[in-house]
Amino acid sequence: MVQVKMESNLLGANELLARKNRNLFAGQGLLVVNLMSSPGSGKTTILERTIDVLGGQLKMGVIEGDLYTDQDAQRIEKKGVKVIQINTEGACHLDAGMVGNAFGQLPSGDMDLMFIENVGNLVCPAEFDLGEDFRAVVISTTEGNDKPLKYPFIFRQARVILLNKIDLLPYTDFSLDKFSDDLARLNPSAPVFMVSGRTGEGIKTWTEWLLGEVKRKKP
Amino acid sequence: MHELSIVEGVMNMVRESALQSNIMKVNKLKLVIGRLSMVLPDSLQFCFQALSQDEFFRDAVLEIEQREILIQCGKCKQQFVLEDVYCYICPGCGANEVEIIQGRELYLDYYEGEEN
Ligand SMILES: Nc1nc2c(ncn2[C@@H]2O[C@H](COP(=O)(O)OP(=O)(O)OP(=O)(O)O)[C@@H](O)[C@H]2O)c(=O)[nH]1
Ligand SMILES: [Mg+2]
Ligand SMILES: [Zn+2]
Repeated sequence: MVQVKMESNLLGANELLARKNRNLFAGQGLLVVNLMSSPGSGKTTILERTIDVLGGQLKMGVIEGDLYTDQDAQRIEKKGVKVIQINTEGACHLDAGMVGNAFGQLPSGDMDLMFIENVGNLVCPAEFDLGEDFRAVVISTTEGNDKPLKYPFIFRQARVILLNKIDLLPYTDFSLDKFSDDLARLNPSAPVFMVSGRTGEGIKTWTEWLLGEVKRKKP
Repeated sequence: MHELSIVEGVMNMVRESALQSNIMKVNKLKLVIGRLSMVLPDSLQFCFQALSQDEFFRDAVLEIEQREILIQCGKCKQQFVLEDVYCYICPGCGANEVEIIQGRELYLDYYEGEEN
């Protein structure tokens, strides 16, 4: 009997492609944000609001990850922004290969800010580096404030956190105090923006912060 | 969950390597997974059972070693095992700039088989 030492990283292939994407994005001075949340937290709605504010001054693009449909891509297209749809056909996350292919279909060298809307899922997407500059995690008030503790890894990795549906706060038992206590232990350096995709509240503060990040990435 | 594709990936890796090493049959595979990696050992075992029906893998055992989460404090430089996955604050000095130095592993360590 023989033993064969492998020491092969099971995500190695993805990490290689992610590095390739990251170099490509950096070469164009393009800021790339990987947007993640549970299904229905409001990723697409926040994207629409963000495009409304920044679309006039920035050249934006969107890669939409969706299990089977192109409904989200259609919503973004209506806003006049270039969008490429990735159907994962049931896969629970986007990977760097899919993003690299989709990126190749966008007009090259012509963007300042690109969003990747990941598949709605707080578990698997966390493990797949797509080559993004940072991850933005959305959680909505209707999901309950136990989500950071139940899915610590994704919240720990977030560069920025958006608490959405704050218009619904009065109708939920979401505790803002508990939420900020948990995040203070889990990810103290991430800014938290409280927003409503419905009323537009808080969107301005978020887009101003984002604009700062875009400018920092520009050569 | 993507356990199924992970197991498929592992099995392909082993098949490819075994072909080069002239190994006809696998007895054991050893995976290392950190507690922070988003895969479930039970689910990996289940997928492996389901996929390993052919002659090459039929008698193989999948061994999974789980690694604790280890953090190092950016201030006092002490290392700790993180018991509580929600709390990234140094138990030694209370600083909140801690680095994860172990716990994200997800790799195939080795496999054992019989040569032709
Ligand atoms: N009341 C309220 N509803 C919201 C808000 N933001 C989004 N919604 C609603 O929540 C639902 C889901 O929003 P989406 O933006 O599609 O959520 P998503 O995260 O993109 O969903 P998936 O892509 O399916 O994971 C829609 O019916 C939105 O109109 C908000 O701030 N307040
Ligand atoms: Mg959506
Ligand atoms: Zn310390």
